[in-house]
Amino acid sequence: MTKQYETVIGLEVHVELATKTKIFCGCSTAFGGAPNTHTCPVCTGMPGSLPVLNKQVVEYALAVGLATNCRINRYCKFDRKNYFYPDNPQNYQISQLYLPICHDGGIEIETAAGTKTIGIHEIHMEEDAGKLIHDEWEDCSLVDYNRSGVPLIEIVSEPDMRSAEEVIAYLEKLRLIIQYLGASDCKLQEGSMRADVNLSVREAGTSRFGTRTEMKNLNSFKAIGRAIEAERERQTELLEAGKPVIQETRRWDDNKEYSYAMRSKEDAQDYRYFPDPDLVPVIISDEWIERIKAAQPEFRTEKLKRYRKEFGIPDYDAQILTSSKKLADLFEAATQICKKPKKVSNWLMVETLRLLKEAGQEPEDISFSPENLAKLVLLTEEGVINSSVAKDVFSKIFAENIDPERYVEENGLKTIGDTDALRDTVREIVAANPQSVADYKGGKKKVFGFLVGQTMKAMKGKADPSAVNKLLQEMLG
Amino acid sequence: MDVLKMTALELSEKIKQKEIGVEEAVKASLSQIEKVESTVHAYVTVDAAGALKKAREIQKKIDSGELTGPLAGVPAAVKDNLCTKGMLTTCSSKILGNFVPTYTAQAVENLEAAGMIILGKTNMDEFAMGSTTETSAFGVTRNPWNPEHVPGGSSGGSCAAVAAGECFLALGSDTGGSIRQPGAFCGVTGIKPTYGTVSRYGLIAYGSSLDQIGPVARSVGDCAAALEVLASYDKKDSTSMKRDDCDFTEALTEDVKDLRIGIPGDYLGEGLDPQTKAAVLAAAEVLKEKGASVEEFDLSLVEYAIPAYYTIASAEASSNLERFDGVKYGYRADDCEGLHQMYKRSRSEGFGAEVKRRIMLGSFVLSSGYYDAYYLKALRVKAMIKQAFDRAFSKYDLILGPAASTTAPKLGESLSDPLKMYLGDIYTISANLAGIPGMTVPCGRDDQGLPIGLQLLANCFEEKKMIRAAYSFEQSRSYEAPQMDALQKKKLHTESMQMKEPDADALHMDALHMDALRAGKAVE
Repeated sequence: MTKQYETVIGLEVHVELATKTKIFCGCSTAFGGAPNTHTCPVCTGMPGSLPVLNKQVVEYALAVGLATNCRINRYCKFDRKNYFYPDNPQNYQISQLYLPICHDGGIEIETAAGTKTIGIHEIHMEEDAGKLIHDEWEDCSLVDYNRSGVPLIEIVSEPDMRSAEEVIAYLEKLRLIIQYLGASDCKLQEGSMRADVNLSVREAGTSRFGTRTEMKNLNSFKAIGRAIEAERERQTELLEAGKPVIQETRRWDDNKEYSYAMRSKEDAQDYRYFPDPDLVPVIISDEWIERIKAAQPEFRTEKLKRYRKEFGIPDYDAQILTSSKKLADLFEAATQICKKPKKVSNWLMVETLRLLKEAGQEPEDISFSPENLAKLVLLTEEGVINSSVAKDVFSKIFAENIDPERYVEENGLKTIGDTDALRDTVREIVAANPQSVADYKGGKKKVFGFLVGQTMKAMKGKADPSAVNKLLQEMLG
Repeated sequence: MDVLKMTALELSEKIKQKEIGVEEAVKASLSQIEKVESTVHAYVTVDAAGALKKAREIQKKIDSGELTGPLAGVPAAVKDNLCTKGMLTTCSSKILGNFVPTYTAQAVENLEAAGMIILGKTNMDEFAMGSTTETSAFGVTRNPWNPEHVPGGSSGGSCAAVAAGECFLALGSDTGGSIRQPGAFCGVTGIKPTYGTVSRYGLIAYGSSLDQIGPVARSVGDCAAALEVLASYDKKDSTSMKRDDCDFTEALTEDVKDLRIGIPGDYLGEGLDPQTKAAVLAAAEVLKEKGASVEEFDLSLVEYAIPAYYTIASAEASSNLERFDGVKYGYRADDCEGLHQMYKRSRSEGFGAEVKRRIMLGSFVLSSGYYDAYYLKALRVKAMIKQAFDRAFSKYDLILGPAASTTAPKLGESLSDPLKMYLGDIYTISANLAGIPGMTVPCGRDDQGLPIGLQLLANCFEEKKMIRAAYSFEQSRSYEAPQMDALQKKKLHTESMQMKEPDADALHMDALHMDALRAGKAVE
């Protein structure tokens, strides 16, 4: 390769908002549920039904817009995007084209190369579609409208990114902001956050953009990274060979690490956008914006500073804890109860992250309560249980959110300290291992550990290790 | 005592005085339906058993004092584009020929809550697109005054049913004159309220920004009382308005002394039938004699209303009617190969010619590259028309004119020339574009004996002024009903009317023609 190429990337990110009800009707947005049980005439497109905007959707969109330094359209409208598909019950999607709620913002990202601002072209509100289920057995297709009308915001970036690293930094930052706002849980795997990648390649130093493709079906940061790399290579090879890049939508297959063309620009539909006459314009007042601003949470930068100051935990801990809203919330709530920030932090950073990794989950999937974590910290601190028992108890907390106090009580896991029972056991161990005792007395101090181990084993792990140490030393003179 | 000659208010009063039973009233309507329906064909669906059952329930509630409203016990009919739970709702289209809604429109619920009994669903132009009720997939409705003439449209079934005594009151919908024009053709009274006054929830949309539901009845009093019931703020309709001035029956007073009435000279010019003009001006004279001030003025922009209306209404319709696709409900073509063929065939076979024409027209004006030139320009015209009315209402309380340029045309006359049919809506369309209320009251008959309707328009939220003038005028004459017995014996032409299928070229001609209509004067 003789020429130098530059990759230009822009993202369209769809985020499912965490409202209790749908964007234009009162149906639940809860995940799961038997097909077509979270539906009504509005979200199934029955004749004569009319949409009514959920105010919470506007508030979340405003919150995300303000947190990403966007300008707000004080007078915004909904438009209809017309296209026929069975998952779209009205055969038009209510979205925003002409006057989206937020525009012209941007966020700063940090990569190895330093900080950089990625522009946000616009954020608009729209409704999700239903789901098609193809029944191969019956040779038919079924539609589930439970997701139809679930609120989304689409965040459209400027073509400001140049590498997969920047894309992932941008997505992580965006996800964190939205999670901190409580506007969405942003789970890529479950589809509550979806990113479409627009990518083109051009000769380095030129100002004109190359022809771009749009990549869909990217379900993890890893897949996004792989897809960007593959598409960059594919387009570069085409340019090297003097062949044109075709403007098209491509679908990424992460198993095959290959994308294939879905539709080209020539097949692009004319969506015949026009303002939805069933909805009235949304007028956003200064007071409303001020109220949303006042309710903005503490974001990561402020949190980091506060954690260092208020909790005195190491920078490394603070970085990890604040990398997820869920972890940060758990940390603060548990610390509030037990007043042991470093201990709480340790449980979250070591055991929790390990178990999450094992289960292939993300921090947002954590289901245990801060109360139970705090109780565990206190049980350990007060010496009620020892650290190896605590680890087992924690795995139960992690899996089932059990109450550690009750669990320790019911399963007799309390540490056995300097009691008659422990004394008897130590005495038995000493009696049963004359050789080891002799070795120890002969100067082989290493066997002490063996004797502690034997005692712990005999006590089924429940003995207080310091008491065992003390008693053994006593008896071995 | 001839029940059928009473107004709805008179009937309800007699019911409360126990001179007539609710069931008796319903039976009277049902037997009239049985008698004249083979000629008039005002209904798509008649639910005799349901209505009789409901009559007994309502009677109990009236007897127990639970229902005391002025329309309790009145048999009514509902236009077939209003959803009725458990009752067929077709929009007079094959594509909804088997559609039974799971919920009831808010306006119908309001009628029922007031103790009215729904007899059935009335015929209409398919999806309310038409001015004659001839585009119905279920056969034409005939004018009770002369069955060789159309009843007007699109609420032709509702207006014919009221005129023929097949119900005491009916609901219609008015997107461009669909209550007022058939009201005039059938010699009955009808009101299109201010946009947002009656909830559209459950009204199968034609042009959402223009559609309003309103009452049709034999008297101004009945219409005012019905509108009082229909008007309600509805959270389910984002365009619904909170009003605290919906006591419309308060306006049933014979006092027009303070009213300033303007007659647009633009409404009296070329194209207006001389007999209609004479009847309308005579009506204005009556109001003048009663103390109102009346003068002619120049409304302006009238000629732009039709192209703007057909652009906006068709654009909205093209999108509103997308949901009829054979997937979820309604007609689905048999034996289709794949999804796209199912869409194409279901819609091609399910929609009639006029509906397809407007879907194509609407899709065209919204398509990329044409949006600014057609749709946006039409929206600007709409805003300018509203301004013209604002100017007019700064000088006048009411605008008076004809509801239609002629009396009811003969069956089949209008369909051959759609553009001529569109032009027939010239006096009614502006009110929908401006969102203002309008109504029609009978003001005479032409030499063929066909009714002529007077139209009154008022500023937004000023229905009461309109009702007051209409009521005052109504007092000067007695209600005329068609002679249904004579009609029975008349021999009818029954050959079926077929509309020409629109083709792409014809569609383009329509668009060009509309453009040319506007081109006379530049609109900015």
